[in-house]
Amino acid sequence: MESTKILDAKGLACPMPIVRTKKAMQELNVGDVLEVHATDQGAKSDLTAWAKAGGHELLQDTEEDAVLKFWIKKG
Amino acid sequence: MTETKKTTIVLFSGDYDKAMAAYIIANGAAAYDHEVTIFHTFWGLNALRKENQAPVKKGFLESMFGKMMPKGTDKMGLSKMNYLGMGPKMIKSVMKKHHAMPLPQLVEMAQEQNVKLIACTMTMDLLGLQKEELLDDITYGGVAAYIGDAEDGNVNLFI
Repeated sequence: MESTKILDAKGLACPMPIVRTKKAMQELNVGDVLEVHATDQGAKSDLTAWAKAGGHELLQDTEEDAVLKFWIKKG
Repeated sequence: MTETKKTTIVLFSGDYDKAMAAYIIANGAAAYDHEVTIFHTFWGLNALRKENQAPVKKGFLESMFGKMMPKGTDKMGLSKMNYLGMGPKMIKSVMKKHHAMPLPQLVEMAQEQNVKLIACTMTMDLLGLQKEELLDDITYGGVAAYIGDAEDGNVNLFI
């Protein structure tokens, strides 16, 4: 999936993935897609809830070799 | 997005683990675009103390309090399994292993994210803490300052 920007949040523990995602999202325009890579296993629930609350759309998420990937469209 | 939501936290405890929980929630809420307030009272005030502050003029009791309480977050003990200071050393090494952010950095990050840090002035007097001993860019207030933020808040915690 195409993304405007990739955020590497691997190795970061709570609450850093969400803090970094928020910062990265601020620099994007509406409709842009942010791709987030994380290894914190809480990130799935965290980013899903965060995207919903912020009016963004979680387009897709995958998990490979313990790396969680998310594609979030800025709303 | 609709109107800004608010998270308000009373940090009463001066333990490393409890303060860490408070600051993680505060940073998370700030990332949620909440307006976040942490009201520090009693032992929670120690989270705002500067590590290296030249002593200020105090009475006997006040300086005793000052010496017995942790100077800043890094000097705090654990609420459980403190083991005379061994506990914090152990947890800090485990945190490093798991890339968890240490408490002093969590406080810094909260300030970067514009979390409003309030020091309760009444308990500052009781514990003999003066403004010079506390971090810069914090707010001083009492219960009304806290209620003012909390009354239309969405998340409210006492830690």
